[in-house]
Order: sequence, then structure tokens, then C-alpha cells
Amino acid sequence: MPIILQAQQLTRVVKGKTIVNDVSFDVNASELLAIVGPSGAGKSSLLRLLNRLDEPTSGTVLIEGKDYREISTRQLRRQVGMVMQRPFVFPGTVAENLRFGPQQQQGRALSDQEIEQLLRDVGLTGYAAEDVGHLSGGEAQRVCFARALANQPAVLLLDEPTSALDEAAKLEVEGVIRRISAQGVTAVMVTHDFRQARRLATRAAQLVSGRIVRVGPASEVLNVETTLS
Amino acid sequence: MLKQLFPNQVTLGFAQAGVTAVLAMIVGFAARKRGMHVELETLIALGRGLAQIVAVGFVLVFMLKGPQWTSAVMLSVMVIAAGATSARRTKKIPGSLEVSVWSILIGSGLVIAVMTWAGVIDGAITSIVPVGSMIIANAMNTNALALDRFRAEVEAHVGEIESALTLGAAPDVSVSPAVEKSFSASLIPALNNLRSLGLVWIPGLMAGMVLTGSSPLYAAIYQFVVIAMIFASSGLTSLICTSLIRRRIFTPAEQLAMAR
Repeated sequence: MPIILQAQQLTRVVKGKTIVNDVSFDVNASELLAIVGPSGAGKSSLLRLLNRLDEPTSGTVLIEGKDYREISTRQLRRQVGMVMQRPFVFPGTVAENLRFGPQQQQGRALSDQEIEQLLRDVGLTGYAAEDVGHLSGGEAQRVCFARALANQPAVLLLDEPTSALDEAAKLEVEGVIRRISAQGVTAVMVTHDFRQARRLATRAAQLVSGRIVRVGPASEVLNVETTLS
Repeated sequence: MLKQLFPNQVTLGFAQAGVTAVLAMIVGFAARKRGMHVELETLIALGRGLAQIVAVGFVLVFMLKGPQWTSAVMLSVMVIAAGATSARRTKKIPGSLEVSVWSILIGSGLVIAVMTWAGVIDGAITSIVPVGSMIIANAMNTNALALDRFRAEVEAHVGEIESALTLGAAPDVSVSPAVEKSFSASLIPALNNLRSLGLVWIPGLMAGMVLTGSSPLYAAIYQFVVIAMIFASSGLTSLICTSLIRRRIFTPAEQLAMAR
């Protein structure tokens, strides 16, 4: 499997406190790598370094072998998509939300068929003309998935994508993650929920106090003994 | 009552200032009862405001007899002071002082220059300084409102802004809703002044002109001219401020840099 993303000795220090500490890992094509750890372990901070939403104090990231500082920030963020913890949809219709990303790329317009295909992938067939104000939390989060996928990213970052949702919406979103994983989308998901990571991930890395302490197949990293230790 | 107690005009003025200050402090203490602590800030602002205006009064007396260029010096000092005052509440925004000074300078300076050139504002120090100061003061308030609203909008919508960035949007695009709201909100006072002119509000300039013997009709029209100039300079100031500030909250790598 080719390596899509390589984090190399990433460190982030904020106000003298090391939040991410010398973290390195690879993400292979078509895998879902789960980064697990307790709250405050630095999971979201690490994820934000991968698409340069925040700047690492040291270290870098290679995207398909290229240092991400050599790629324009906007191009990088199209290549490394992200779904946030809470569904931040833009005012307007679902279709307008999906068109937003490609429009930023030299005004490329998504066709109605492309929009319907994206909505089908996230289980929202027929929602294109729906005003986002009428969506439930789970539906809004699925729109965020479709919106991120509209840019056809090389890798998708998922920042605790179900933690702000109720149980039913959480299952819907997990279904979407499973579906896009099956389609070969490469993803990195951070979560504090070891069970969810076990259900979804192919590989996993355990983060403790900003450091990766274990990385490997999800079945090994996320077994009961290691998660409780 | 005060006129009988203080026959001297200057002491009467200080007595009147004292009464209004007491009234303002009562409001400050009423706010304290509701948990809003503005009494110290009110007291300092009152003392400072009185000291500043009395000092400027003395300077004006000297400068009004001076050469024409002194008006440019006075107006420039006012612009810098206005920039500093308006940026004070938005320290979280990097470069807000610089943005404020430039916005007020261009917004009010352009309107004052064009209107003086066209003969709408008399070039005499006695005219250009008071009218200019009104324009600068209003530009300052508009600038402060634009900055404050922009800060609040960005703080309340960090998720939306960063979501747009993660989709490859330019920083300008990601904050455009905040810019639009800040621009509209900052112009509310200037718009209200225009709308309510003569109905709710008969400004002092018109009253002063009538008292000094100008035709009431001309005084009324000139007051409209001043309010329209204030609106123009406020709009321009806000436009420049929101255009400049939107870039200041991002790093060169297009990361949101405003203190959170």
C-alpha cells in the first residue's frame, strides 16, 4: 500500500507547554487510522497540524512524498480534507454547502449528478435543495462529510466526528465512515471512544500526553488490556 | 438655579459639568446594582473628557489666531488619538491600532479634503477644525464598532471560519460573513443620525448657527450637509477598516491568529 501521509517528528508547543511531542506515523492508502487517547491527550491538536490549521513548532508532514510546506496552503487543505467535531454548515442549501469547496478551486462547479452521488454516499439522497437550518445534528454532520468529500481529498481528517451527536446520529455517521472507508477513502480519525475506534479503524495509534505510545493494527492496539493500562 | 448661584460663566460651566457628572455616576452605580461594573471607567472617562476638552479649548484659543497649517496639525493629532481610542477595546486583533489610524485617516481625511476643496467646508481654522473634529469623532466611533463587532463575530464563528479554511477557501472568503455584519452594524449610528435628523435630533451645530445669526434655512441645510459628510466618512472608514482587518487575523500560512 502506498503511503499517503507521513507525520515526521511533529511537535507543537503553546505558551511553553508541549501539546504534541515528537509524533511520527504513516498513513497508508485506503486505511482508516484511528488516533485514540483520553481527553487532553493532544489528539485534536495533532490532527490540526496535519492540514496546517495550526503550525507545528518543529517537524513536518509529507503528503504523497512532498513536504506540505512546499504545497500552497489552500491546495494542501483540498488534498487533506477535514470533518470537525461539531457540524459547522454554512447558511443556505445542502447543495450550496457541497459546491463551496470546489468553487474555491478556480470556480469549479459541481454538477447536479455529482451532488446527488455525494449525498447518496452519506445517505442523504434527495436532500440537495434542503435548507441546512432544517437538518438534524446527524444530518448536518453527514453534509459536512459530503462537503469535505466534494474536494476529492487524498486523505480525510475526522476530529471526533460523532462526539457532539446523540446515539442515533452517531450510528448514522459511523455508517457513513464505514461506507467511505469501503470505497477506499484514506482517513485519520481521532476519538476518545476506543470501542468506536475498534469498530471502524484498520490501524490505530495510542496518544498519551502528546506522545504516541503504541501504533499498529487496530485489533492489537485497541485490545482491552492495552486500553485499560 | 445654577445661574443664580454662579454668576461667573466659567464657574457656572464647571458647576454644570459637576451636575452632569453626578448624573452619569448615578447611571454607573445603577449598573453596578445589576452586576455591571462601569463606575470606575465612567469616573475616569468623565474626568479625562473634561480635562481634554478644557485643554483643547485653551489650545484652540491660541491656534485660531495662528497660521492656516495649524489646522492640519490639530486634525492629524485628532486622527491619531481617535485611532488609539478606537483600537483600545480590540487588543486581541493583531495590528488594530495601525488599522484604526489608517482607516480614520483615509475615511475622514478624504472627506474633509474633498469638501474643503469643493467649498462645502470653509478653509478657515474656525470652521475646518470643529467640522473636521465632528467627522473624525464619528469615524472613530464607526471604526470602534466595526472592530468590536468583527472580533465578536470571529470569536463566535471560529468553527465556521476554520471549516471554510479546511475546504481550501481563502482567508478573505472565510471571514466574509463577519466582515459584512461588522460593516452593517458599524453604520447603524450614522444611518440613524441621517434618518432621525430634525425629527428626534436637532444637532448643536444648527442651533449654534441660528444663535449666531445665520438664516435658519441655511443652518438646517448645512446641518444636513455635515451629517451627510459624517455618514460618508463613517462608511469609508468602516470599509477600509474591515478590508484591512480581515487579513490581520491570519498568519502567512492562512491560520487563524486572533487570540482565543
